[in-house]
Amino acid sequence: MLAATRFKPSSTESPAHSTAPPGPTEMLRRSAAVFQKDVTCEFRTRYAVNAIALFAITTLFAVSFAVGGAGISQTVQSSLLWIIIYFSGMSGLSRAFVREEEARTASALRLAAAPGAVFGGKLLFNLVLLAGLEAVTVPLFVGMMGLQVSGWPLFVSVLALGSAGLAVAATIVAAIVSRANAKGALFAVLSFPILLPLLIGAIHGTQAALESAKFSAGMQDVKLLVSYTGVMFIVSILVFKFVWED
Amino acid sequence: MLLKLLLGIWMVAVIVAAFLFAPPAQGFAEPEAARIIFFHVPLAMVAALAFVIAMVYAAKYLSRRDLMDDIKSSISAELGLVFAILATATGSLFARVQWGSWWNWDPRETSIVILMLVYAAYFALRAATESAEKRAALSAVYAILALPPMILLIFVVPRVMASLHPSDTLTSGGLSTQYRLVLYPAALGFLGLYVWLFKIKTALAEVRLKLGRY
Amino acid sequence: MISLELRQVSKSFGARQVFSGISASIESGCLAVTGHNGSGKSTLLRIIAGLLAPSSGQVVLTDGGRQSPVEQRRDLTGMVAPDLALYDELSAIENLRFFARVRGLKKTNDELRAPLVRLGLEGRENDRLGSYSSGMRQRVKYAFALMHNPAVLLLDEPSTNLDEAGIRAIGSIIEEQKRRGIVVLATNHPSELAYGDHVLELGA
Repeated sequence: MLAATRFKPSSTESPAHSTAPPGPTEMLRRSAAVFQKDVTCEFRTRYAVNAIALFAITTLFAVSFAVGGAGISQTVQSSLLWIIIYFSGMSGLSRAFVREEEARTASALRLAAAPGAVFGGKLLFNLVLLAGLEAVTVPLFVGMMGLQVSGWPLFVSVLALGSAGLAVAATIVAAIVSRANAKGALFAVLSFPILLPLLIGAIHGTQAALESAKFSAGMQDVKLLVSYTGVMFIVSILVFKFVWED
Repeated sequence: MLLKLLLGIWMVAVIVAAFLFAPPAQGFAEPEAARIIFFHVPLAMVAALAFVIAMVYAAKYLSRRDLMDDIKSSISAELGLVFAILATATGSLFARVQWGSWWNWDPRETSIVILMLVYAAYFALRAATESAEKRAALSAVYAILALPPMILLIFVVPRVMASLHPSDTLTSGGLSTQYRLVLYPAALGFLGLYVWLFKIKTALAEVRLKLGRY
Repeated sequence: MISLELRQVSKSFGARQVFSGISASIESGCLAVTGHNGSGKSTLLRIIAGLLAPSSGQVVLTDGGRQSPVEQRRDLTGMVAPDLALYDELSAIENLRFFARVRGLKKTNDELRAPLVRLGLEGRENDRLGSYSSGMRQRVKYAFALMHNPAVLLLDEPSTNLDEAGIRAIGSIIEEQKRRGIVVLATNHPSELAYGDHVLELGA
């Protein structure tokens, strides 16, 4: 009897034992916790930001010196823009997961957080990282290359959707890479074939935005980007736990 | 054994028919050279099918956690890569003869290159992972992740990119009945070849797994 | 009432079998797991925590007569292990606040501070873990493992890097947990094995 009364507090003190699995808002709140933790850690070490920013600026200057801005076609311009975004992303978007494994904090995170919250948090982090990167590089690119954008709404939509898709695919591939032994080169190798349809759509859509003021000129690309991002997001959520758990 | 024998006879018949029975294909720049289609098209079809099978076994592994499923998945991927390389080589030869250049980046060429890149990345990932279970889970997830982009590349991107590429010669050219009479058996033959190789490699891997040498 | 049962648990990595057919059951108190290096003590604890899936067999946690699913293992177990690190870039308090939020627990600053004070870290709780000694980190891990009042506390080499005072502090934590629920302890130290009500020897 004595034992029974002693056990009682343990179940009342921690309501987590008996409650149902967390709902969508609760999952979002927990994802936000992971995101906020990653931002704080990143702010204090600046691993990913430094890698991405240096890579982006270096390639941007290299490209600008080489082609000088004038006289290149809009196809080449839009390709260059996405090549810079893609490779800068490849230099930093794997950090969020790789850092957990290298610092051996992944086990603690696995013990405390639901896989969905981890994926959500890392995805948010990569989205913000990519948005920050583009906030700097895209205006610089437009200025240095003398880009003439005809349709700004299309340009911005393609940029936003392309980045969202890039962040989703890069996040799940980063999760895979962080669990493998050789992490460095593997990230770009695994990402490229998966990201290719997205890059094709993004480059094509950007080119359409440079050439035409009409949004409908890039409608097919926008559709491609939306479906890519949606499908990859759903598939990633479904498979993430197989990657994350041992 | 029986499968091997039947397969040998079947493939010989297909090769003979490809050169002697089928007429030169009209609608091509070099009608005689178009006979390569009997090998090129089935190879490409089996390469794509092998990838889908690899993906099915990958999904099976994730639900049942049986290492044999992972091994089958990787065997199918391996065979798929071989078929894809052969399909690309024959396709490139054909392109040189028909269109005058080895490589044109038409939608079909793009998708087979991506298919090979996916295979290459899949094996790079497997090589980079030591523990058998982790290797199995990671490569299975990668195979599944690679499927939606492949589908988009094969079915959606060609439509988006249509303005940049020449239209597809094979479908617009049309095929005569005699042509189909050789092409379909050829496809069946290459499929049989894949099944036969798959069975041999699976049996070998099973023995290895039991001996603890996997 | 919580009970933990291991039913014919086996684990192999590839062709290498770590252990097989481990069975044990405990209703309250302390299960001490012992065995030579490489006998799979840590692996067994990771399986109980739900970090690893067993190759065969089952780990059954029964909470109030109801078998709890593996997904709930996270809420029912707390773990301290040498290969489990917390975030060096964050302070002790920030670490605990993060883990509380990610578990969906609402904790005030005082609630987060209390266990750190108890573990002798008063005055250092706002310093980053990167500046901590290994013994201090080990103490923070206890606050991490206990924050959600787990029914099962898993301790792998519990006194790693701890000094006399630290060992006393975790001694009282173990005694307390034994009254509240279950402790599973992996160790080869005779002094720690003494906590065990039952002893499970691996690789014997």
